[in-house]
Amino acid sequence: MGKVSTFTIDGVKCMAGEGSYIVDAARQNNIYIPTLCDVQGVPPKGACRTCTVRVNGKLMTSCTSRVHDGMEIENNVPELNDLRKSIIEMLFVEGNHLCPTCEKSGNCELQALAYRYAITVPRYPFLFPRRNIDFTHPRIIKDHNRCILCKRCIRVIKDKDGKNIFAFLNRGFKTRIYVDPDLAENLTEELAQKAVDICPVGAIIKRGQGFETPIGRRKYDKHPIGSELEE
Amino acid sequence: MQKPVIATTSLAGCFGCHMSLLDIDERILELAELVEFDKSPFNDIKNFTRQCDIGLIEGGCCLDENVHVLEAFRKNCRILVAVGECAIMGGLPAMRNGIPIKECLDEAYLNGPTVRNTNEMKIMPNDDELPILLDRVYPCHEVVKIDFFLPGCPPNAELIWNALNALINNSEMDLPYEVFKYD
Repeated sequence: MGKVSTFTIDGVKCMAGEGSYIVDAARQNNIYIPTLCDVQGVPPKGACRTCTVRVNGKLMTSCTSRVHDGMEIENNVPELNDLRKSIIEMLFVEGNHLCPTCEKSGNCELQALAYRYAITVPRYPFLFPRRNIDFTHPRIIKDHNRCILCKRCIRVIKDKDGKNIFAFLNRGFKTRIYVDPDLAENLTEELAQKAVDICPVGAIIKRGQGFETPIGRRKYDKHPIGSELEE
Repeated sequence: MQKPVIATTSLAGCFGCHMSLLDIDERILELAELVEFDKSPFNDIKNFTRQCDIGLIEGGCCLDENVHVLEAFRKNCRILVAVGECAIMGGLPAMRNGIPIKECLDEAYLNGPTVRNTNEMKIMPNDDELPILLDRVYPCHEVVKIDFFLPGCPPNAELIWNALNALINNSEMDLPYEVFKYD
């Protein structure tokens, strides 16, 4: 084992391996920092900014910043929580997130964060963009209405040669996830399921199945996201 | 002391939120003791008869008539509560938002699979008596000031009950995690 760094999160003394990402270091000390685009064990992207913390007075994403000795990290404070809440609200108004119709409802991380922050209504006006649903792949359906562009599918799903099957198409407001047509066949049943599971929202769903888990037994029905760390 | 007066309406909604209020079961008797109802589908009172304390709005605004009703509620109710997903963000009717209205009407009356071969005269309803469709479905708070929001499709009966109790007793609302849901 390498060196250990000591630092504080909201005044609580913590320890973690030198050079680990703040979000992982916090987890090791049973402190929850909310994340959306982050996947444990996969190189971070800092795409969603939900995990923003304040380190020595400066705002930074905790999934991409590493801990150092003597760091003073602010996490669960009203100002940062409101900032995170506003990011979640922005994601809700920027797409078409109709929870009552969504197969992922109850297992959705975006929704779970909204529950955690008890968002009743976004502070921003709804944009109601016109987005398509892509049924072209034999194993998955891509619902662009729900995509939050976290890049999880791009970063995690690789074929046996290590190539990315998913990619971004277009730029700015028109950006959407795209399955490389040359590699579409490499999205095996197993990889398709992995893509569905890794998607934090309901943007990638399995063909021919839906609403598998009854209401009341879904991941976030009874306990808020992050509560497993805080017990 | 006079009992608080409640009014309710369903705009572009499915009456599911009203059904959910009835889901408070036998506490409906308690509610009947605590409050009086004015304009509401529960008692079939069509027009406001007095100034009300609490207005419960189900559904968003999809027609000009919805806007008129909502404005009347704002005028006649001290506190307005948007109840349910449709009132808060448009809900299922808002799935047409982003699609031009002409395209929606053509699909519904001329090109859709159920009308394509049956509507030979290519008739689209246009009677003067019909309310006019808005260009899109509007969440209630984009039309008038809304004071409180109760999410859910429908909102859990406990959530509605807790909210009504808090409003009637002027107390802090009990908001357990299990009842605060969007579906």
